[in-house]
Amino acid sequence: MATEAEGGGLVFHPMDQFIVKPVFGDGAVGMFTFTNMALWLLLAVVCVIALMVLGTSKRATVPSRIQSVAELAYGFIYKMVEDVTGKDAVKYFPYIFTLFMFIVFSNFLALIPTSFSPTSHIAVTAVLGFGVFIAVTVLGFVKNGAGFLGLFWVASAPLALRPILAIIELISYFVRPVSHSIRLAGNIMAGHAVLKVFAGFAAITAVAPLSILGITAIFALEVLVGFIQAYVFTILTCVYLKDALHPSH
Amino acid sequence: MEGDLAHIGAGLAAIGSGAAAIGVGNVAGNYLSGALRNPSAAASQTATLFIGIAFAEALGIFAFLVSLLLMFAV
Repeated sequence: MATEAEGGGLVFHPMDQFIVKPVFGDGAVGMFTFTNMALWLLLAVVCVIALMVLGTSKRATVPSRIQSVAELAYGFIYKMVEDVTGKDAVKYFPYIFTLFMFIVFSNFLALIPTSFSPTSHIAVTAVLGFGVFIAVTVLGFVKNGAGFLGLFWVASAPLALRPILAIIELISYFVRPVSHSIRLAGNIMAGHAVLKVFAGFAAITAVAPLSILGITAIFALEVLVGFIQAYVFTILTCVYLKDALHPSH
Repeated sequence: MEGDLAHIGAGLAAIGSGAAAIGVGNVAGNYLSGALRNPSAAASQTATLFIGIAFAEALGIFAFLVSLLLMFAV
């Protein structure tokens, strides 16, 4: 793909915002270079810690605003784990809550203009997705032993169909981490690329008002998408965890 | 010439996003019609709704990814 910006195309390339580059200087990106990716990942973590520590430090009976937000987020995910996975899975709640808070904060911080969106990179979401996959698989075997393989043996189906179903179940099980991570990265990347495409149209005077209206609308949509994708990632983690704890169909 | 064909392929792959839109619309529409018939059961099914939407949407995202790969990686 050539750079066609000078040939009457958009003023800047919509995918330029996803380039990982060092924060200090213009050197090459090495193993330990402090990049814009590292900066915004770090900011997301700092924000999560700040919200939860500041929000829960006072423990007021009448909660302040920050305490209400912290309590709301905690209660929301706690109820989700309880409803979807079951009461016995509550001990895995910290992991799921961490995943949710980290993703929702990186999605929201990415919406600040000129910021960088870490969750738009498959490298980041694949670590989260494969982390869930490996954790759930190991947990399934530890909790159920060989009984975990019952997940692939659909006992309610006719006997002749079961081997075929087992293959299909096996494939769908191994595609899970791929779709789990690409869903998040793809949604965020697509949303931000659309924002930048509209921003590129704003340079053309005739359509500038329309384009700015478009950006406003898409931006509102992106706030929604950022939350919903974090929610979906978390709830799918809960569903996979339920499969690992109770593998029988 | 090769690049041109890749661009046509990218455009064809983008049709998949439209197909995903049909899928997501189907899920949401059926949920709404079910919810209007039995509003008391609707709230308990929002999680299922979002899971369904996510699964339908994932394949559209795959199509988007294929078109991106054709644009930038081929």
